[in-house]
Amino acid sequence: MRLAAIDQAALRFFADLQDFFLLSWKAFSRIFQRPSYYRDFAIQFDKLGFGSIVICFLTGLFTGMVMALQFLIQLKPFAATSYIGGMVAVTMIKELGPVLASLMVAGRVGSAITAELGTMVVTEQVDAMRVEGTDIIQRLVTARLKAMLLAMPLLTIMTDAVSLLGGYIIAAGYGISPTMYMSSFTQFLFPIDYFEGLIKPLVFGGLITMIACHTGLNTGGGAEGVGAAAKRAVVISSVTVLMVDFFLTKLIVVFR
Amino acid sequence: MEKVCYTVGGRTILTDFDMLFERGVNRTILGVSGSGKTTILKLILGLIHPQHGRIFINGLEITGQPEAAYREQRKKIAVVFQGGALFDSMTVGENVGYRLFEEGRLPEARIEEIVREKLRFVGVEPALNLYPAELSGGMKKRVAIARALAADPEYIFFDEPTTGLDPIGVYNIVSLMRRLQQDGKTTLMVTHDLATAFATSQRFSLIHESRLAFEGSEAELRASELYNVKEFLKPTDQSLFV
Repeated sequence: MRLAAIDQAALRFFADLQDFFLLSWKAFSRIFQRPSYYRDFAIQFDKLGFGSIVICFLTGLFTGMVMALQFLIQLKPFAATSYIGGMVAVTMIKELGPVLASLMVAGRVGSAITAELGTMVVTEQVDAMRVEGTDIIQRLVTARLKAMLLAMPLLTIMTDAVSLLGGYIIAAGYGISPTMYMSSFTQFLFPIDYFEGLIKPLVFGGLITMIACHTGLNTGGGAEGVGAAAKRAVVISSVTVLMVDFFLTKLIVVFR
Repeated sequence: MEKVCYTVGGRTILTDFDMLFERGVNRTILGVSGSGKTTILKLILGLIHPQHGRIFINGLEITGQPEAAYREQRKKIAVVFQGGALFDSMTVGENVGYRLFEEGRLPEARIEEIVREKLRFVGVEPALNLYPAELSGGMKKRVAIARALAADPEYIFFDEPTTGLDPIGVYNIVSLMRRLQQDGKTTLMVTHDLATAFATSQRFSLIHESRLAFEGSEAELRASELYNVKEFLKPTDQSLFV
């Protein structure tokens, strides 16, 4: 009995996974296809990108500040506080900037995408679009994917920049000059680190959008189903971001 | 539809289901809630796919075809969904002109003209710039009909068009359906509302326990001695349907 249940659950999981990859393939392959739905892209970019500025700003600022504070405590006994800028920069640009910005966006935007698409499914708006001749992947998924692929790296750059500023605010309190703070960047950061800091949000942005869209388009069971789907999308995308972050880092380490 | 079987989540919705929906013959599919009436519409439209059986539109088999092939066939069909299914991020005007904007064949001014004409036909032209959330249930249904008409389809499917409407709303929808039929549109409706069905259709199909229990005219339906038909037309305390 228990084995049968496990078997069923495994089958469902792999069917879901296959469905997810199929949807992702279709969405990515339509990025340069017509119609482009510029209006939908602009609306989504505004919602996903501009709408997330404040949350990413605050995340970056306070994370940068707390990182600087922790590093200063550790570096002070070794009289190495001049390295504070570099340490904050390397931590934020390579890891925390992309991951934290993505987690914030997964919570805010991922749930919104799922709830919106889920509501469209349960109120038959998606069926109506299909009947009216619309390619729903092109219109509903690819438009959001394009907006996210553009917005996520920009949001991460902003998060990184604000976190460095936050780090400096704390470092200044310990007598670190702006020149000293910035000069240590080059000692810690290499071109591949900037690449790592940009490729990660791109991958995470794609994952968050695809998980949110896949969950939204497979919503069932009315208002309760929409709520459950939104929650599921946030949990799955947050965990996936953290897991994929490890594997991406490992991959980049190999090529260093 | 030929010997169509459809199962979802282990539950059988349709078994060996046959139905012929001819041009010019307005048909109603009757059955209690949850009997699979809407499923039939979705199967014909290719929104869901049967496990067995074949579906033809104008002699062309559509089962197993890719989504693009369905899109071509759907151009001849419009649907008025149960809740209207209006796009809530668009105005009434944008909803009605949706298919025409998507096709991109007509200039914007001409589309606006058509949109106004269709809204006038259903009697809600003043709602042109309102959003669906600002409309009553009856108005939503009428806007949905206007949207269905915009692309001048051959067939119009109605999914429970009178559910949740007051008697005046029901009268308006029935009148609109009759006007459409006079204009040469063929309608296929699913409902459990017998009065609306008899007022708008010539042929009737009754589904019971995933099978076609009856097929015929109104007179044949009323005269039928079949237990399931009698129970559906006149349910009793011991009825299977109650």
